[in-house]
Amino acid sequence: MNILDARTTDNASLNESLRALSGSCSIIGCVGERFIGAGLSDKTIDISGTPGNALGAYLNGAKIIVHGNAQDAVGDTMNAGEIIVHGNAGDAPGYAMRGGKIYIKGNAGYRAGIHMKEYLGKLPVIIIGGRCGSFLGEYQAGGLIVVLGLNNDGKRIVGNFPFAGMHGGKVFLRGRTDGVIFPDKVSARTATNEDMMSVESYIKEFCSVFGINADEVLSSPFTVVTPDSANPYKRMYVEN
Amino acid sequence: MLLKEGQIRIPSGCAVSAVISREGNLMSGEKIVASMAPMHERSNGLGGGFAGYGIYPEMAEFYAFHLFFDDKESKKECETYLKEGFEIVKAEPIPVRKIPAITDEPIIFRYFLSPLRSRIADAQVDEREFVARAIIHINVKIDGAYVVSGGKNMGVFKAVGYPEDVGEFYRLDEYSAYSWTAHGRYPTNTPGWWGGAHPFGLLDFTVVHNGEISSYDANRRFIEAYGYKCTLQTDTEVFTYIADYLLRRKKLTLEETANVIAAPFWSTIERKSPEERERLTYLRNVFSGLLVTGPFSIILGFEGGLMALNDRLKLRSMVVAEKDDRVFIASEEAAIRVLEPDAVNVRAPEGGEPVIVRVQEGKY
Repeated sequence: MNILDARTTDNASLNESLRALSGSCSIIGCVGERFIGAGLSDKTIDISGTPGNALGAYLNGAKIIVHGNAQDAVGDTMNAGEIIVHGNAGDAPGYAMRGGKIYIKGNAGYRAGIHMKEYLGKLPVIIIGGRCGSFLGEYQAGGLIVVLGLNNDGKRIVGNFPFAGMHGGKVFLRGRTDGVIFPDKVSARTATNEDMMSVESYIKEFCSVFGINADEVLSSPFTVVTPDSANPYKRMYVEN
Repeated sequence: MLLKEGQIRIPSGCAVSAVISREGNLMSGEKIVASMAPMHERSNGLGGGFAGYGIYPEMAEFYAFHLFFDDKESKKECETYLKEGFEIVKAEPIPVRKIPAITDEPIIFRYFLSPLRSRIADAQVDEREFVARAIIHINVKIDGAYVVSGGKNMGVFKAVGYPEDVGEFYRLDEYSAYSWTAHGRYPTNTPGWWGGAHPFGLLDFTVVHNGEISSYDANRRFIEAYGYKCTLQTDTEVFTYIADYLLRRKKLTLEETANVIAAPFWSTIERKSPEERERLTYLRNVFSGLLVTGPFSIILGFEGGLMALNDRLKLRSMVVAEKDDRVFIASEEAAIRVLEPDAVNVRAPEGGEPVIVRVQEGKY
């Protein structure tokens, strides 16, 4: 295993070293180094410390594991690969994501999964173990977001104004959704067995990564949120 | 000639960081300076600054004015003005360390002042109002003189440069404070100028700010009706005056001030309990001109405490954490990890949710 010490280098050279080395790599001592692993397709990167903003931006197949919290814009516009965060993530994880998986054990900040999209076989997936801030899934155009709400602090599973402008994809919220205000243009209903079949494998994988009892997590009812017609913004923009 | 702030507007991020000891324990400036390093890319070298509270314990009873002067003439004119209203207990250059990264500094002086009782009586105002008026007078009327800060037992140290260099320039490792705030600037609407760097100060209030106020002109019009003068066109200045107006003059609490500046949406207010709804509606209606829109994360410093606040949409990042008696606030968690690697309770406050930290009474 290659080891890079973030304390002895700067952002740019850290990423240059990361690109240059072959095989997997461990980065130790991170304090805010930006764009770690940006665009990478071929390695596993294990990070300790606090990596900086835009971790795994444009990720193209590599796997990133963070043993701590991540900052803002994790997996910005990522195309493929996996990002696993053993803590909380900041604002806007999975912004405009178009493929791959982001698993966050703890909470996510504001604007998780906004502008996510999918096309044919490309299905981006974000699973958040805790809760999310406001504007979850704003302008979501595709992909899958699951929020498990595994905290016991009594706070609402998502903040204000979720799913505004959502016109594609699906969001699953586990457990009670009291106090969540859904916009007019989405439908929120209890997930059926069939709905659950489309997410079960991801939730099980999430649970096995973080050592959580999957049966317990899945035993709770889920709410599934989808746009309420196939193309609700058709009238507002061009025919497509 | 370089146009100064207020003379030109250029339509663009910043970094903030703070640490406070709830028990009033003094901390050297070294760490707060170091905390800005991981956020280097958030600044562009056109402004950095720090505010320290509790730094002048031997002179704690006097107002400490930190001043920038363009030249000797403006300094002379300003001193003549000061002597009319104050006893100048001590006047000295603020010690600096000459480093290549910081150049073109103005004349940087500090004055420890005691306002003259007779002049306060003449003006028929309280002491703090008297001092605030003097600060505004100097900034507006005395060309080439600019009051950087003017509270007791505190001071602002700012310059054009990266915050790490500004900290070294002002020798902040030689000061100890129970509360520090810091700013790295990426000026977006105005050119960088020494006076325009953050923190902005009036009396003991200081503000560091990351963001851009969309409501600047509406806020400016409101606040200028109450004797303030926004001289710089930079949005942070207006925050400082709003804080002074609401907290000192209208005697609002910090929570109420936060509810004015980052008032919840009407749709959010509707969902509150009847009493809370009435309270929030009252504040939004009475102080509608002080609602600040657009992205911001600010840290307000004052004697004995700090308040951090995000805009209600939370368009800028802010992280809070603690360890023992200390509370940390920064744009990024990485900055907090530099201040304290083992910080706990790391969390991101919600948009419009004030984080208020006070030093125990009698400990500052």
